[in-house]
Amino acid sequence: MKLSTMLFIVCSLLCITSVARAAEVHVAVASNFSAPMKQIAAEFEKETGHTVVLAFGASGKFYAQIRNGAPFHLFLSADDEKPAQLVKDGLTVADSRFTYAVGTLVLWSAQPGFVDPKGEVLRKGTFTKIAIANPKLAPYGTAAIEVLTKQGLLATVTPKFVQGENISQTFQFVSTGNAELGFVALSQVMKNGKVASGSAWIVPGKLHRPIRQDAVLLATGKDNVAAKALLDYLKSAKAKIIIRSYGYEI
Amino acid sequence: MFLDSGDLQAIWLTIRLASIVTAILLVVGTPIAWWLARSRSRWKGPIGATVALPLVLPPSVLGFYLLLAMGPNGPVGHLTRTLGIEPLPFTFWGLVLASVFYSLPFMVQPLQNAFEAVGDRPLEVAATLRASPLDTFFTVALPMALPGYLTASILTFAHTVGEFGVVLMIGGNIPGATRVASVQIYDHVEALEYGQAHRLAAVMLIFSFLVLLALYAWRPNARKG
Repeated sequence: MKLSTMLFIVCSLLCITSVARAAEVHVAVASNFSAPMKQIAAEFEKETGHTVVLAFGASGKFYAQIRNGAPFHLFLSADDEKPAQLVKDGLTVADSRFTYAVGTLVLWSAQPGFVDPKGEVLRKGTFTKIAIANPKLAPYGTAAIEVLTKQGLLATVTPKFVQGENISQTFQFVSTGNAELGFVALSQVMKNGKVASGSAWIVPGKLHRPIRQDAVLLATGKDNVAAKALLDYLKSAKAKIIIRSYGYEI
Repeated sequence: MFLDSGDLQAIWLTIRLASIVTAILLVVGTPIAWWLARSRSRWKGPIGATVALPLVLPPSVLGFYLLLAMGPNGPVGHLTRTLGIEPLPFTFWGLVLASVFYSLPFMVQPLQNAFEAVGDRPLEVAATLRASPLDTFFTVALPMALPGYLTASILTFAHTVGEFGVVLMIGGNIPGATRVASVQIYDHVEALEYGQAHRLAAVMLIFSFLVLLALYAWRPNARKG
């Protein structure tokens, strides 16, 4: 009896100390950044002992949820507008907003050789369906429209559009072959520094405004040590190497 | 104006989709429900379970499988190509096919209950009066099951209107073809257009309530009659 009581006390103490040292941070992450974020979170957990809980989804949905009290500490948006809006709403920690990645747009097909390295396939129009992310909602969609506009192809290509609600769904349409090609994020098709499958045209950055992805520390994460540590970690050289390896610039 | 043209287009498309799906399911659902109500086959269990699957499956599962099946490498995709018709994903008729699966139990189960309630006796009486089985069905079973048909049709229509997950997976958000009201609301919310989202959502809410009100108000009368 006494032994078990003692064990109980020891265990409780151990638990309390470990809780005091390691905190838990809840992060809302734009779906296009899911792969690099998983890797960054794993490294971060290993180094600090903190726990990272990731939620992936569309930035607009996260924005609505955060405004209505969702328990996230950190928000990694797919654009720079929604974090700015949250700052205006007074739901963030002052001066915590920064650009964690700049996205690269790619015209991609699951079929090898379908997309030529210069994107001439757009001009030839040898396809029936082209997937883009909804330009009203997703910055990659907006960028795709800018590219087509600049090339004077918007009018001819628009009737062939199928729209994903976000970049993940857009990628899904192309990867299942339901659309022959589509504008997706380079991060989705890149593995170990190169396009892993199919064929692609990496769209030059000068054809569209930069796809700036901003992060912000939310008011709910003000006193969370893990949230602050993760925010700093995202700016570290180590994290930047991971971020770049997925085709983002930073 | 209260709703903009995009919202009105979405509502009209939703009504068109729900009407067509209900009409198709009235034809497809009747024999299935009849068989499930009358059969003593050992297949009754598995078939009944299959029909009920969409009640339990998350729409994302159904949508994902449909996307794969109707895609160029899927069995339905092969079939449409062999027949020389347009691939089904991202088209209105693709949504119709998906919704027929998705709303199947909402048609079949009320009909099955209605047919079971008819019982053997009236059918046997009809048979002794030398009515053919087909004749019996149309002159005896069908009129007796009419309240069941009304319930089934309202539920099917309403359930198709409320569809979201499946449409999202296979629709491609094309105005006038696959952008239904639920997706339009989702877009408004995502784009932070909360005013428009509110208005369209209110229309859906009132509609859904009225449909259910009609259904529940009808039921006690049917019992009394």
